Amino acid sequence: MKTNGKLIGTSKDKYLRYLPLYLMMIPGCIYLIINNYIPMAGVVIAFKKYNFKTGIFGSPFIGFDNFKFLFQTKDAWTITRNTLCYNLVFIVLGTVIAIIVAILLYEITSERYKKFYQTVILLPFLISIVVVSYLVYAFLSADTGFINKGIMKALGLDPVSWYTTPKYWPVILSVVYLWKSFGYNCILYYSTLVGIDKGYYESAEIDGANRWQKVLHITLPCLKPTISILVLMSISKIFYSDFGLFYQVPLNQGALFDVTNTIDTYVYRGLVQLNNIGMSAAASLYQAFVGFVLVVVANMIVRKYDNESALF
Amino acid sequence: MAKKSNSFQIVAHITFIFLSICVIVPFVLLVVSSITSETSLVKYGYGFFPREVDFTAYKFLLVDSHSVIRGYGVSILVTVIGTLINLILTVSFAYPLSRKDLPGRNFFSFFLFFTMLFNGGLVPTYIMWTQTFHIKNTIWALIVPNLLMTAFYVIMVRTYFTTNVPDAIIEAARIDGAGELRILVQIILPISMPIMATIGLLVALGYWNDWLNGLYYVSSDKYYSIQVLLNKMLLNTEKIKKAAASGVNAGKVPSVSLKMAVAVMGALPIMIIYPFFQKYFVKGITIGAVKG
Repeated sequence: MKTNGKLIGTSKDKYLRYLPLYLMMIPGCIYLIINNYIPMAGVVIAFKKYNFKTGIFGSPFIGFDNFKFLFQTKDAWTITRNTLCYNLVFIVLGTVIAIIVAILLYEITSERYKKFYQTVILLPFLISIVVVSYLVYAFLSADTGFINKGIMKALGLDPVSWYTTPKYWPVILSVVYLWKSFGYNCILYYSTLVGIDKGYYESAEIDGANRWQKVLHITLPCLKPTISILVLMSISKIFYSDFGLFYQVPLNQGALFDVTNTIDTYVYRGLVQLNNIGMSAAASLYQAFVGFVLVVVANMIVRKYDNESALF
Repeated sequence: MAKKSNSFQIVAHITFIFLSICVIVPFVLLVVSSITSETSLVKYGYGFFPREVDFTAYKFLLVDSHSVIRGYGVSILVTVIGTLINLILTVSFAYPLSRKDLPGRNFFSFFLFFTMLFNGGLVPTYIMWTQTFHIKNTIWALIVPNLLMTAFYVIMVRTYFTTNVPDAIIEAARIDGAGELRILVQIILPISMPIMATIGLLVALGYWNDWLNGLYYVSSDKYYSIQVLLNKMLLNTEKIKKAAASGVNAGKVPSVSLKMAVAVMGALPIMIIYPFFQKYFVKGITIGAVKG
């Protein structure tokens, strides 16, 4: 209380007092400006005919031509469809599996096993997607893969050229995604389960409820807020895809593009491999814009539902 | 209680044993294949039982070539420098934001937060880093873009400061004449070690596993981190021969087993370190989820 006298001074004093705090934020601000805000301004490139010599801001405007070209191609539909459909499958299967696994983990009474299982299932999440692509390759390589050489041969089936046959990839990519992420998602739900008041279960037990009834009437309702929020957050990211999963795991194989090309891989290939900067930038802005709208809408819904968990 | 839940326990254990096998089996295939002789691999493919144990692939990687060793060196350097700078930037941004009395706090919060909502995308980012900052084929390409400061982690640290550091401590330190920097370094950081360890670990993991910056900005093998090396070796068969056999007859390179060996080298450090830090990883994920 004594310091109150010192706190109230002229406004110049006030800012002087906070000067060290502002100084501390300068490096971070500079980084954010360079790394995030300048590229945000750079999205104008989508409306320009990019010229290497004059740079982003010196290139001439061409209005919506890049978007017109982009949406005239078949690619625009393919990448939108792939990005959305894969994400929908990932969200549905990922959520269901994560909840089941989390409930089972919660049921295990032995602390030692619990910790062991937790450790093991989280491992794929920590391994880089590049290493994962080698694991997939060990199974699927046409000449030396375990599936062709080990399983198909033993069953008397013809080997399959996995990396050139698109029809298998929706399944393969979903399996790889689930393998890599289920442990992580499980931990998210598990941490909510740990927070549930044990009293609910005890009184349910006194009333003669069995395990399934308890899961149905206590666990799932308690998980509902977490489920809604995590699902909404995933929906807000539905226009983004894991670049590594769709680029590196299918080994960037052209034969598979129809089912592996997402907005992110399209943007990368357009920029680096095809040097089609206009269309690439247009696709990128299309993604950022729809993504932004989705985040804002998703957050509005979360805030209505549960103010505490809203992002902003 | 134990009696009643017996059948449920068994179901749970069986499920987890199955899941654990699903997780571990691919790694077993990887390791076994990497120590199987090339001729046996060509004939029988990758398998779970080594017909002929043979460490030639590792000899090529570790003795005949320096690319893996160099990749480790680059990865370690990038991870250490990147994590250190990231933590400094994160803490020095999060601490002022955690001070409720700071004028303009909302502006800075929004300034940080907006970066999570909208991004310029790869094209302008790429053009800026390569044309304006000429970052291509320098060590900074692996450190600076995207990974040096993450808004999400700053928010996590800020939340930790606001909930775990009592205002009274800061006030008392100021009365004693401590400056803001001293308060942060000598008082707040020591009591915030749990969050620093958690964030540090997540950031370090991000750097260690990053291959995108390498893919975008690095084309000279001088700066291949272990992940970038892995990426190039799988997508480009010629690369694997070149990388493995500087000076050796390219035909002799056991490229089939080498692929598996190099992946083992890529996965190994994480698998060795992870069990010791498991607690922090779980904590990091949980904290992130609570304030997602």
